[in-house]
Amino acid sequence: MIIALSLILAFQLVGEILSRTLDLPLPGPVMGLCLLVAGCTLRPALADRLRPTAQGLLAHLSLFFVPAGVGVVAHLPVLRQHGLGLALAIMGSTVLAIAAGALAFQAVARWTGSVDPSAVKEDGGD
Amino acid sequence: MTDPALIWSYLAQGPLLWLTATLAAYVIGDAAFRAAGRQSWANPVLIAVIQLAVLLGATGTDYATYFEGAQFVHFMLGPATVCLALPLYDNLPRVRRAAWPMLAGLCVGSGVAVVSALGIARAFGIGGPVLASLAPKSTTAPVAIGIAERIGGQPTLTAALVLLTGIFGAVVVTPLLNALRVRDWRARGFAVGVAAHGIGTARAFQVNQTAGAFSGIGMGLNAVLTAVIAPVVVGWLGG
Repeated sequence: MIIALSLILAFQLVGEILSRTLDLPLPGPVMGLCLLVAGCTLRPALADRLRPTAQGLLAHLSLFFVPAGVGVVAHLPVLRQHGLGLALAIMGSTVLAIAAGALAFQAVARWTGSVDPSAVKEDGGD
Repeated sequence: MTDPALIWSYLAQGPLLWLTATLAAYVIGDAAFRAAGRQSWANPVLIAVIQLAVLLGATGTDYATYFEGAQFVHFMLGPATVCLALPLYDNLPRVRRAAWPMLAGLCVGSGVAVVSALGIARAFGIGGPVLASLAPKSTTAPVAIGIAERIGGQPTLTAALVLLTGIFGAVVVTPLLNALRVRDWRARGFAVGVAAHGIGTARAFQVNQTAGAFSGIGMGLNAVLTAVIAPVVVGWLGG
């Protein structure tokens, strides 16, 4: 697990260095993500080595957003000042963006014949 | 026995107390989420944040003190983001086949997110730095902060708006896409990743691995596209 964690941190570190040296719009961890996909493609053994640790971290991805989420409290005065406008902007645009994005994806998948029967949700459940 | 006030002042200085509180709040949030049958309204991030906010208010602790302890949890966001490479790698054949649908979902989802958010805010008389802070709210926090700084927004306000967007998106995605009868896991995951970044991706992984993988890709691609379109739309709507 320590080896896996070191490797993951190393990919993040290289991603961070690349992102800053080349002044890229992508942050270090997202660069690290891209590098790790490339690494796994070149060396499939790497994916097998990292998978248990990666699955462990991703299973609790929500946890890592909690400290930043608590930060919302520090902004309550500004949020309250523009409360209604900001709330409607966030809720309205998020609903519209999810709906429009999913429908566009689905329409083009049908149109280009790239529907994947193994990735279709069963009826019922959530 | 030592005076409880002394013990409190000792604990309030170090990271141990708030690190423990953060993990405990999440454990309770996650237990509540499971007890509610993994319904999206019982979002574990939301439940944990509310508990901690009440606790900070009750003990008169400021956010900077809290973050001294919570930063260790916050730090793990980076490595966890790198780990999204694994589900992406495992789904690569699927991803290659879905290139055109992803391009369509990305352009439409990203464009609608920025334009509709700024349009609604503008209608309520919001302008200037607050409008600029709102523009990148669908992207992952570090990218959103970078974009906000470049277009004259307030980075910390952006971080708060990003979080609110993510939590709302994670709560609304399942009932919304059920109502629209979108049954393709790829479309469901991708759309929530584009609109609600990492918190949406965390929600997608709770439901389906394929949805989670596509959500991670949506989040990454939207980070790049929003960096390009947000300055244009803010300029256009007279930020």
